[in-house]
Amino acid sequence: MEILLGVGGSEHSRRALEETIERVQETGDELTVAIFSSEEVETTLTDIEADIRDTLEEVDVEAEVRRIRGHPGGELVQLADEEGFDRLVIGGGTRSPLGKVQLGSIAEFVVLNAETPVTLIR
Amino acid sequence: MSEDRSYPAEVSGPFPTPPHDFVDDEGRDIVVRIADDDREDLVAMYEAFDPEDRAQGIPPVGERSIRRWLDRVFEDECLNVIAWHGGEAVGHSMLVPDDEDAYELAIFVLGSHQSAGIGTELLQTLLGHGKEQEIDRVWLTVERWNEPAIGLYQKVGFEIRNTESFELEMAIRIADSE
Repeated sequence: MEILLGVGGSEHSRRALEETIERVQETGDELTVAIFSSEEVETTLTDIEADIRDTLEEVDVEAEVRRIRGHPGGELVQLADEEGFDRLVIGGGTRSPLGKVQLGSIAEFVVLNAETPVTLIR
Repeated sequence: MSEDRSYPAEVSGPFPTPPHDFVDDEGRDIVVRIADDDREDLVAMYEAFDPEDRAQGIPPVGERSIRRWLDRVFEDECLNVIAWHGGEAVGHSMLVPDDEDAYELAIFVLGSHQSAGIGTELLQTLLGHGKEQEIDRVWLTVERWNEPAIGLYQKVGFEIRNTESFELEMAIRIADSE
């Protein structure tokens, strides 16, 4: 299976990365990581990319890392749908003060718009 | 997230304060009290909770998760009231502070005691209690399709505010802010 993972530098993205790596190690799926910057996180694309490459190297998993610019949700969906990925994985979903699950705007956009099956890790 | 955190200009109320007793539409004697050391009664209520009445992941499923969630909504500065029918907790409503000096509200009524006016009284009593504790602004989220809940909130004075989030956000002002 070819998996596209969207990572934006948030804590949720970080968790999505870790869980996806674990899964890829078990299944041998082919992984592509698409990185983007979002308003919610201050981390730069360069920092995000460096962190991802370090992490991948540590666990000895090979993956293509690509940068996307513009509207992260839109670009992720286009990439996944046009290039025939089998699955699009993203992190998302914060908790309100009293514990209600809330979807972030990127996650919501991707879930509503992607033709590719989406896995939401929260 | 840069959400629109606007609140109605008008102050809603007056609201009853706890303890508040009333007879529900089914003729049952109900009393709303400030939650004290009633954790076990709430655990029992949430274990009996109908899965379809859950909202955005709360109450969680399973005793351990329920207890962990209750720990969170009983932290300092949170306000909790319970509707009692005899010795049974049948409704629970809470206010939990956000990081902008306002409070998030949620309310749950046991399936066996829904559609009898308990939610309205419970909600109003919590807002009355909140006002006593000098809270002025309260907000909540609700699924867009949940018309009965939206109607209840509007009746009490909540107004829908525009956000781009998945759920509907509603807000109320219960005191003049200083």
